[in-house]
Amino acid sequence: MKASVRYIISRIVSYIITVWIGLTICFILPRFVPIDPITVILSRVTAMGAYMDPETYQKMRETLLHIFGLEGSFQEQYFSFLSKAITGDFGISITVFPSKVNDLIARALPWTILLLATTTLISWIFGNIIGLLAGYYRDRKISKALQFFAISVYPIPYYVMALIFVFIFCYLFRIFPLLGSKGIGFEVSLSFEFISSVIYHSFLPALTLFVINLGWWILSMRALTINISEEDYVKFAEIKGLDKRIILNKYIFRNALLPQITQLTMALSTIFSGAILTEFIFSYPGLGQLLWMAVSSSDIYLLMGITSLSVIAVSTAALVIDLIYPLLDPRIRYEAKQI
Amino acid sequence: MRKIKKRLASALRNFTFLLMSDVKLLIGTTVFVVLVVLGFIFPHFSPYNPKRWNQVPRDIPPCWKYPLGTTSLGQDLFWLLTFALQNSLILGITVATISTFVGVLLGLLAGYKGGYLDRALTFLSDIFIAIPSFPILVMLAALFLGRIHILMLAAVLCLFNWPWPAKQVRSMILSLRERTFIETASFSGFGTIEIILKEVIPLISPWIFANFINTVLVAIGAEAGLATIGVSSLEEATLGTMIYWALRYQAMFRGHWWWISVPVVTIVILFIALFLIYMSFSEMFSIGGYKK
Repeated sequence: MKASVRYIISRIVSYIITVWIGLTICFILPRFVPIDPITVILSRVTAMGAYMDPETYQKMRETLLHIFGLEGSFQEQYFSFLSKAITGDFGISITVFPSKVNDLIARALPWTILLLATTTLISWIFGNIIGLLAGYYRDRKISKALQFFAISVYPIPYYVMALIFVFIFCYLFRIFPLLGSKGIGFEVSLSFEFISSVIYHSFLPALTLFVINLGWWILSMRALTINISEEDYVKFAEIKGLDKRIILNKYIFRNALLPQITQLTMALSTIFSGAILTEFIFSYPGLGQLLWMAVSSSDIYLLMGITSLSVIAVSTAALVIDLIYPLLDPRIRYEAKQI
Repeated sequence: MRKIKKRLASALRNFTFLLMSDVKLLIGTTVFVVLVVLGFIFPHFSPYNPKRWNQVPRDIPPCWKYPLGTTSLGQDLFWLLTFALQNSLILGITVATISTFVGVLLGLLAGYKGGYLDRALTFLSDIFIAIPSFPILVMLAALFLGRIHILMLAAVLCLFNWPWPAKQVRSMILSLRERTFIETASFSGFGTIEIILKEVIPLISPWIFANFINTVLVAIGAEAGLATIGVSSLEEATLGTMIYWALRYQAMFRGHWWWISVPVVTIVILFIALFLIYMSFSEMFSIGGYKK
């Protein structure tokens, strides 16, 4: 079998198993905790002062059990959960009662993807270029300043950075708004006003994600560049008198880029977690805010839905990047040794 | 007894030398030690239990009597901070100790034994690295309605933090196994355990320590993140719950900047210090004996 085919197949198999284990965790966790969602809803109904005779109560309970897919044995519930989750059906929200969890998620997800994809991509590209230059000219003052910047920015957690930005830009200088991704009263459209409003409102969350990620990509690219530029073939190219630009581009950059891509797939879950909290701090209407809503009203199905979806989304993104990888790395195409 | 003293003295001398030769390590360690002292020694001298409400007048900006000010709940921020530091550090160090130990052990095992065990462990650790842990943590903590015990939290954090060291140690072992000095040791009659203890561990110990420090950082950060969203053990004082209560009472927009900035600045300082230590140990590792 061709090496690349084997690589793709093994990668897809591990993807499926990752998603399966993630979903299983999502299914099992709530069952270990002594909170019964049905009782929560019923107590909410009776708390309003409504009187129910035991028969109605029992009937209502059964209906709810049916709606939430809690009938049958443990295995039956498990398989129905899995089969529904794969088709993107995560049941019904408790807080926003009759609406479906996937409708709520569908409304929030595009915002998260927009924010995450743009910031991750931009910071990855910028970080690689800056890191390359900082690593190659590592004795210059500006390179040391960049290193200092990266070291002091990267370890800060996303939500703390978000709070710092809120403090600076919303409290001290009042340049940016604190709330939401679009101004109130705007309908989603392709007009200039709408787009500029979206950019204006999501600037700070984007900046938060961008700055921290940038710090990391600079640090790791710088280290890689320093390592590679000490290799013999780079030294040889330098002695040979090759143009510096060619050395940087073809000898160092391309070799350092591959581990950076692998890093990206592994960093995705961390970036995603950070983005969720950042969204929460800025009340950005993405998954983060939805998660907070689910948490504050202990909406188990919404929580399960968001968590399952996060698992699926992050592993799918990693899969996509990994499938692009053989196109970039010729070694995987020809060598059977990899993975 | 004398021997131990001598050894201790030489270790101390080595460490001081290390500190002096690396500015990053010096700064990181100094700040970290200050914070540890603040977190582990100061709480014993607290004049009152800072978690209790209305112990001091409310909403006082930093002044001589209350060096970091007081909260709207009537807590003294300085003493609250010492308690919070203690809890956060205990959590971080517990998680880091357990998950580094387990991870290194499994990594050594997988690297040395190979075969099915190796494949199973690698597979499992890859999966745990790929699954986004934060939403799962949020879900778990939310199910406890903000009353999850801090040790329970630590246990779950361990679950998500062992795979990384395991994966790394495994790949180190695989490349070390091919090296001549390991072969020499093996031919001179050293057993596997002896080789690991005497040859491998000293070589990768800077990396293990770097990973330990990084895990402390990750664990404290994860707890604080959970607390920010309101699902940690909110009655305990940790750096995260301090942020939570400050946000909950809109400290920033009511102009009580000191309330929100105390935990925020402390986290920033603590994390940068830890990261500096981490950086210098991982650099030490890549410069010293081991390199691919």
